[in-house]
Amino acid sequence: MTDLAIETHALVKTFKKTVAVDGIDLAIPRGGVHGFLGPNGAGKTTTIRMLATLTRPDSGTARVLGRDVVTDANEVRRRVSLTGQFASVDEDLTGAENLRLIGRLFGYTGARATRRSDELLTAFGLSDARDKQVKKYSGGMRRRIDIAASIVVTPELLFLDEPTTGLDPRSRNEVWDIIRAMVSSGTTVLLTTQYLDEADQLADRISVIDAGKVIAEGTSSELKAKVGNGALHVRVMNPADRPRASEVLNRILGVEIRDQADPAALSATVADPGIVTSALTALAAEKIELAQFSLGQPSLDEVFLALTGHTSESTSDEEVAA
Amino acid sequence: MTRLDKLDERADVAPASAESLAAAMRSALADVERPPPPRPLSTSLTFGWRALLKIKHVPEQLFDVTVFPVMFTLLFTFLFGGAIAGSVGGYLQYVLPGLLVQGVIMITMYTGSTLRTDIDRGVFDRFRSLPIWRPSALVGMLLGDAVRYTISATVTIALGLALGYRPEGGVPGVLMAVLLILVFAFSFSWLWTFFALVLRTPGAVMGVSMLVITPLTFASNIFIEPSTLPNWLQAFVEVNPVSHLVTAVRDFMGGMDASGELSITLLWCAGLVAIFGPLTMIRYRTAG
Repeated sequence: MTDLAIETHALVKTFKKTVAVDGIDLAIPRGGVHGFLGPNGAGKTTTIRMLATLTRPDSGTARVLGRDVVTDANEVRRRVSLTGQFASVDEDLTGAENLRLIGRLFGYTGARATRRSDELLTAFGLSDARDKQVKKYSGGMRRRIDIAASIVVTPELLFLDEPTTGLDPRSRNEVWDIIRAMVSSGTTVLLTTQYLDEADQLADRISVIDAGKVIAEGTSSELKAKVGNGALHVRVMNPADRPRASEVLNRILGVEIRDQADPAALSATVADPGIVTSALTALAAEKIELAQFSLGQPSLDEVFLALTGHTSESTSDEEVAA
Repeated sequence: MTRLDKLDERADVAPASAESLAAAMRSALADVERPPPPRPLSTSLTFGWRALLKIKHVPEQLFDVTVFPVMFTLLFTFLFGGAIAGSVGGYLQYVLPGLLVQGVIMITMYTGSTLRTDIDRGVFDRFRSLPIWRPSALVGMLLGDAVRYTISATVTIALGLALGYRPEGGVPGVLMAVLLILVFAFSFSWLWTFFALVLRTPGAVMGVSMLVITPLTFASNIFIEPSTLPNWLQAFVEVNPVSHLVTAVRDFMGGMDASGELSITLLWCAGLVAIFGPLTMIRYRTAG
């Protein structure tokens, strides 16, 4: 027996010529939320599919809750559950029918499956929509029924693959509340996301994945610390002043100054926050008017940029989910 | 999006608060009962139940099993009756058992494209992640299809009776014939489940199905006596499993001894399942 929820060694999966997962090693303890953070096509989904026994690894080993995903697949399936871009519910059926179907497939009697379905529909605020076909659900309701379907029999480990992609902010907060509630009752959650704030909000530890490899691992604070102590954000009053401001900052701070999408904004990562005051003085001496000048922890976006050389938004490769 | 948002508002489904949600969730998750693993038959029947629910929610899918048999029966009987048998009434007596078979075989091809659609929507990934006997999702789907086949057969027979067809074999003969057709359709459908897992789109599955079904049904003894055919075609018709099925069905419905053709047909059924069942399951297991 092991205390690890997930343990992999040199896990590899290749599709045709694309190496989707290129030697991933993981040791994820039980309890809490572990985040997989990476852009589209980084290999997050493929890794989860292997851990959930849907895809066989080409090489390497993976143990989930102490059981091998290839040789002991059925035992893994009894203990884990998944929800995501894949593993959806049947859109033609109603919410209640979907939950009853899964209950029956787990071996509940008809009456017991109905009771469990009612209980979950209530817990997820879907009682009023129980007899509606799932295809008529809104995006947020749809995600809730997907998650409900994966806890018909309470799993020890739940895989959530991009649970909030495409949701509006209110629905996203609802899903976050659901995830926090599940964790507080002892379920281990493995979450993939391309949203840095989502990983920041929910995950206890984060594995940053890019091009099929884990390129960094740690708590969100540890990852931020790897990049530098602080992130400097500057907005000039007049966008025409930006190049001059960039020059001044570069001279004083001695680090790369990045132009932001906002034509008046600049950012930089500084190792020594003390030096920032002199930068402020230098800008004032040059008579550059400022709208904002702030020093804070780097965002995970900046972490990602520093680790991979590209932002989390850029798509490094086409998504390999099939 | 706006339409869906309104729906969301109307249904008033937003959880009351994070705390009450957490409480409800905790009580739902506190239930850690694990029922004993269900038997393969039970999970297969559950998937059959799913197929019936889909018919209930999407009754349009019964269109093909009701309208096609009517169209085919009327079309072929009146089109070929005079030319082939000299009279519509005489031809109906010959062709109706064949039309019964053709009607069911034609609609088996929807099995493949339906499965492909399910796979594309991600529904089968959830089924594959469950700790159940793996073929049960497919077996259940085919069991549900048997309901559609029965409807098709009933429509064809009813129309045939209305047009003047008289089965010498009586009710038992007709029931045996329909049962045999269902067994054959179940076995034959493993071909489509295999294609659904090999090909990438529902359209491609449909295209290949047509390519297989057209020669199997037309180059058979459904419409004509094979003795009128050139030798090479006659040779194909004679090995074609559909011809054996049609002859057996004709014998049952005509009140004759069907045992010879029955065993050949059942051998074909066993062969189809023995080959395409495992091939399907290998693809199913390794898909993705």
